[in-house]
Amino acid sequence: MNRYDVAIVGAGHNGLVCASYLARAGRRVLVLEAGQAPGGLAAGREFHPGFRASVAHTVSHFSAKVVRQLDLRKHGFGHSSPNLKTIGLDRDGNHVVLDGDVLSSTAAADAEAFAGYRERMTRFANALQPFWLKTAPAIGSAGLAGSMRGVPPRAPRLKAPSMTFAHMGYRLRRLGKREMREFLRVATLPARDLMDECFQSDVVKATLSWDGLVGSRLAPRSPNGAVLAMLYRMGEASGGAHAVPAGGIDSLVGSLCAAARAAGADIRCGAAVRRILIGERHADGARNGSHPASDGLAVQGVELDSGERIEADCVVSSADPQRTFLDLVGVPFLDIGFTNRIRRLRCQGLVAKLHLALDGVPEFDGLESPDGRMIIAPGLDAMEFAFDAAKYGECPENPVMEMVVPSLHDPSLAPAGQQVLSAHVMYVPYRRKRGWSDTARHAARERAIDTIAQYAPRIRDQIVACEFLTPADIERECHVTGGHWHHTEFAIDQMLMMRPTYQAAQYRTPIPGLYLCGAGCHPGGDLTGAPGHNAAREILQ
Amino acid sequence: MSVSSSPALDAIVIGAGHNGLTNAAYLAKAGLKVVVLEKNDYIGGAAVSRELHEGFTYSNCSYMCSMMRQAIHRDLNLSRHGLILVPYLGTVNSGDGDERLISYHDETAAYLELKRHSPHDADAMHRFQADLTRYSQLIRKTLLRTPPDPARLRPRDISELLFLAKQFWSMGEAQIYEYIRFFTMSAAEFLDDYFENDLIKAAMATPGIIGTALGVCSPGSAYVLLHHVMGDVDGNIGAWGLARGGMGAISNALAGAVREHGGEIRTQAGVRQVLVKNRRATGVVLDNGDQLSARIVVSNLDAKRTFTRIMDASDLPDGIREKADNFKIRGSSGKVNIALSALPKFTGVPDNPYVNRGGQAFSGSMETLERAYDCWKRGRWSDDPFVESVIPSAWDPTVAPPGQHWMSNFIQYCPPQLADGPWTAEKRDQFGQTVVNKIERYSPGFKDLILHMEVRTPHEIEQEIGLTEGNIFQGELTLDQLFFNRPFPGYGQYRMPVRNLYMCGSSTHPGGGVSATCGANAAREILLDLRRPNSVPEDDFFDE
Amino acid sequence: MNVPDPFAGERPKLSPFHPRLKALNVREAWSAWNGYKFAEYYYDAEYEYFCVRNRVATYDISPMQKYEIKGPDAEAMLNRMVTRDVRKIGLNRVGYTLWCTDEGRLIDDGTIFRLGADRFMLTCGSPCGAWLAKSAFGFDAVTISDWSDELAALAVQGPTSCAVLKRMGLDGVETARPFDIRHFDLRGSSLMVSRTGFTGDLGYELWVSPEHALNLWDALYEAGEPYGIQPYGEAATNMARLEAGFIMPAMEFNEALKTVHFEHDQTPFELSLDWLVDFRKPHFSGRSALLREQQAGPKYRLARLDIEGNRSAEGSHIYRNRRCTKQIGYVTSAMWSPAAKANIALAMIEPKFLNGEMWAEIYYEKELRHYSRVARCTSREKPFWTPARARATPAPDF
Repeated sequence: MNRYDVAIVGAGHNGLVCASYLARAGRRVLVLEAGQAPGGLAAGREFHPGFRASVAHTVSHFSAKVVRQLDLRKHGFGHSSPNLKTIGLDRDGNHVVLDGDVLSSTAAADAEAFAGYRERMTRFANALQPFWLKTAPAIGSAGLAGSMRGVPPRAPRLKAPSMTFAHMGYRLRRLGKREMREFLRVATLPARDLMDECFQSDVVKATLSWDGLVGSRLAPRSPNGAVLAMLYRMGEASGGAHAVPAGGIDSLVGSLCAAARAAGADIRCGAAVRRILIGERHADGARNGSHPASDGLAVQGVELDSGERIEADCVVSSADPQRTFLDLVGVPFLDIGFTNRIRRLRCQGLVAKLHLALDGVPEFDGLESPDGRMIIAPGLDAMEFAFDAAKYGECPENPVMEMVVPSLHDPSLAPAGQQVLSAHVMYVPYRRKRGWSDTARHAARERAIDTIAQYAPRIRDQIVACEFLTPADIERECHVTGGHWHHTEFAIDQMLMMRPTYQAAQYRTPIPGLYLCGAGCHPGGDLTGAPGHNAAREILQ
Repeated sequence: MSVSSSPALDAIVIGAGHNGLTNAAYLAKAGLKVVVLEKNDYIGGAAVSRELHEGFTYSNCSYMCSMMRQAIHRDLNLSRHGLILVPYLGTVNSGDGDERLISYHDETAAYLELKRHSPHDADAMHRFQADLTRYSQLIRKTLLRTPPDPARLRPRDISELLFLAKQFWSMGEAQIYEYIRFFTMSAAEFLDDYFENDLIKAAMATPGIIGTALGVCSPGSAYVLLHHVMGDVDGNIGAWGLARGGMGAISNALAGAVREHGGEIRTQAGVRQVLVKNRRATGVVLDNGDQLSARIVVSNLDAKRTFTRIMDASDLPDGIREKADNFKIRGSSGKVNIALSALPKFTGVPDNPYVNRGGQAFSGSMETLERAYDCWKRGRWSDDPFVESVIPSAWDPTVAPPGQHWMSNFIQYCPPQLADGPWTAEKRDQFGQTVVNKIERYSPGFKDLILHMEVRTPHEIEQEIGLTEGNIFQGELTLDQLFFNRPFPGYGQYRMPVRNLYMCGSSTHPGGGVSATCGANAAREILLDLRRPNSVPEDDFFDE
Repeated sequence: MNVPDPFAGERPKLSPFHPRLKALNVREAWSAWNGYKFAEYYYDAEYEYFCVRNRVATYDISPMQKYEIKGPDAEAMLNRMVTRDVRKIGLNRVGYTLWCTDEGRLIDDGTIFRLGADRFMLTCGSPCGAWLAKSAFGFDAVTISDWSDELAALAVQGPTSCAVLKRMGLDGVETARPFDIRHFDLRGSSLMVSRTGFTGDLGYELWVSPEHALNLWDALYEAGEPYGIQPYGEAATNMARLEAGFIMPAMEFNEALKTVHFEHDQTPFELSLDWLVDFRKPHFSGRSALLREQQAGPKYRLARLDIEGNRSAEGSHIYRNRRCTKQIGYVTSAMWSPAAKANIALAMIEPKFLNGEMWAEIYYEKELRHYSRVARCTSREKPFWTPARARATPAPDF
């Protein structure tokens, strides 16, 4: 039967989370995925026979609430390996190791300063934590402006948003006068200023900045985004530590699918949605009838690439906002200002993905085992200068990156005795000034491998095969505009009730029945499940 | 209290910059006995006119005025003290090559000029101006007010927050979001929303980088852009003015107001230290060893200098020294003042007496601007820096001999420290040469007109007028240092951590620019603490 | 030696008709419109106004903005931008329409000419290129060209306008219905004629490429000579349009994209242009907001007022009582109508007071002394000037 209550576009992790919640609430749900396998950016791919990797290679702040409520453990989401240490690699072997609340570094002062830094950041992260799982309220419906003329009274909605604001204020105020003030200052600091205030060693600063900058269009000197990204990533119990779950990222995707199916949702892969079908809604409830003037638009379902149509009263898109509105809905159904805001979203990713199939465990100088999350960023200037090149559409001479060897934690990713090295390489432009070509991609890949070789001199001899995905490749492979991790830049001007843009920031869109549930919504990207969870709550309301 | 310990003075203001003078004028006007102490033998700080070459009066730091609040100008009778601000016709923006964009006051001329570059942008300019005006109007309302402390919430803080909320909501929901976005985004992103022509974008972006250690692509630079254009001359938002007699005329007029109300100004009276007893400021020690005591001490110096140079660390509560050390006050600008034997001609610029008198902004393209910033980050200056030239003598007969001219050149960026060692006289002159070479590119024969040249890198600016790192705003204008965060969280209301010590410089809200607002706001708070009637006016907008 | 004009860049552009306009502008009364030098009036504003109402007169509308929009997506693109159903504008027909922001606030008004199945011309008073570019985003098969400087245009208005055009050789022009477009050959050049105008009277607008502008002018003035043809300027236009009840930017409405203050722009409903908003057509920009406004009712309605006395109520506030204690609206345009012999005005009035008493407080000056007077206002259903000939087809000769 081609009729569902809800059709969800995209089986990324947020789409699956949303599907589970909706199915559990008794809705008939169908998830449609363009790729051959579910998972989106978390989907495992075989990039060389016997070697698997996914764009997202660790889990850090996946919502514990979602895991619990959806029984993901029962559905196969493996308990994680012990949290990975974050290791800031140093050319001289004086690596910086961050393990939970302890930072070991040859710069003793930094190790000491870290305790205070960590404590404060944890406090801030905890204060914000509840809001990642709340809907960012629209200002207009809170209090004053709610009484504006022309806005239909929405009494039930009026209370909740004001409460969210009040709650937010209360939690900040509960930090104490001094800490609240400090929060209001620190929240918009560039990563560099925060690091300079606290630490001395270049590698320490760069390593600790990493989580504020990775995946975004921010460099260490860029104000207004990095600290919030750090706090966002520290939001869950892990405190921002990363882990590879038993069974790899695949086990997360698998458990999400299993949970959704168990709740009654259908998941179809290889079923790319060509467009979201929109019709007129009439006062008498009849659709497309003879009634001449309509009350507005309404979602009717989706049409697949195959031409197949699926009817649904509600369509939820976990695709990125540009793809959802510009490609799937189409501008004729949208207002011009709104369209323009969607068009202007910053969706160009700056992270490339390097996958190396290795014939053995890579050996990094001065490192016992590469079983942590290794960061190559010799200093904040190095990061800044790498970004400078990308600003002009060029690849940096000296890229910075984060690497893990996931096969050490999940042997199924590589043939016995062999390993996979997975790296996020920054800053690689989505749009290269002179366009991406095989030569350009090859050159960028070689530069990345050369960079690794500075720390692991034998690496080139160990490579069996390799794959380098530029943001443009990720866009194509994973159906994400710009290959952007967060679907659209995670920056203050695209956050909270402005994410992705106002009038679509509460998961509802200007088109009744169409919802968003992807990383382009509040709170943002990474493997969290939060947007999917929040969207489901709004839909069920 | 014994008679002998009772101070003879009510207030000491350290530094005779325009904010210090404004502060002193309002304290004196309220009947306090005030003395202003200035280390140099001239007053004005960065708002000065100095004859550094015979017959030529340089405004050798700040050179234009747009933020001076009319309410203060009127209230302190600055016109009677000799101040007149002359609005200045537009600027010519030059691209990397032959393109020129001239800004005209006249609507038709302005439209045609834009249309020549891009019909699309000529249309988009209307929306751009409406939006900037809207943002300016909101923020202008906060200039002559003390920011609330959101962590304290006394009745005054609450009423200020409500005032802000009301102003916010009067913009309508969509515009509130747009405003928040505007506040946090980069100048480049902001301008991309309106314009497609690179020269027009670069021309509009330049205010976003003047004086700041941000690039056009750095988030937060859109606000800096607004900071430069939110001023007005006679109600024309965005218009800039020249003070007759140079920027020193503003300081002199303010000094006149100080004296009119019985205040005293002492030059060559550098302050070595602020005296603190029992966590209360009691007076100062001068460089010559003299001591002065007063009920209150007001510092017009920047936050870093106040707390690290003239205060003893042991006199400060815990953490304040740290805050001062972390205060971002980055040198990023240079200044080259040139005496010329004749008015230079610029290629591609119409040779008429209106346009030719205006300024020249060698803005190049967005990429040129951003690359100049990249150089600054690397501790050097760009070979192709952004230069804004103004020739005040073309407007003001008092600053150069007839037929001859003085030219003010503002350069963004110039690093406070060089990657390859400290600033030397030689390097300074090389920097000056870079600027002259750039101007020569647009004005062949320019070099032959030069009679005298003064080159000022952040190093000189700091040495001479005491702005740390030569930062023209007394502190970066980023969100972590704006409004209630300025200069430090918890100290946004002009009162400093030591009792009876206040700050009144641009390190406080609303920040840099020759606006006189910081000094006036500080005076209001001081008078409140001293239980004196307020002498500081409110802004009175009829139509905003 | 020829010295280049150092002000060349900032002088207003000259209309293709300028050589003739200049000769006739006895009073040198020039202003500017969209970068063009533009006549406020030529000889005497009231004389010119009576030429429009009584004979025939021409108005140079070359400075109007004109955009060609063509391609398979042109109709859909325009239809999503404007409030009227563009599909219903037939071939060689013109439609007056509005376009709004997402919030339903009026950006501008203008006319759409359908020149082919997928070819249109949009004309409007202010530049609109940036908004058109935004509107076209997402429609691949549409091209927009700015014709503003590439098409000269002349309005020929007044009771004898049709007779003059016929005398000029435009055979059959009288059969054109209001809002029809006709194409003619005029001495070897192609001439487009639309039965449109901004005076509320019988009239036409002639569209021609700039190099043929003077030919057209000469032919028209030769044919119109016995009818006393005369150019008219902005001042007379403003009088005529007010009698006809047409809205004017910066008078009745503030263009939304140029508006600084919240809701200081207007909506189609506030301007009483409900008939131009079609909720039966496919989605268009501002639709949801307008639908909400329609349900909630607009804040203001634009009303036509007939006011006691003879002093223009320009800038007056409207009150619900003679004591002027309760303000209910304000006058947007006002004048003494020479044709209707009435003191007329357009005013924004709060809807619930439309049917009650209305009083205007009028300020006026008498030999440097200033006076005020409270005058009773009456709301009028119909415009003050609606001659039958304006709608008659075939068009009469006078």
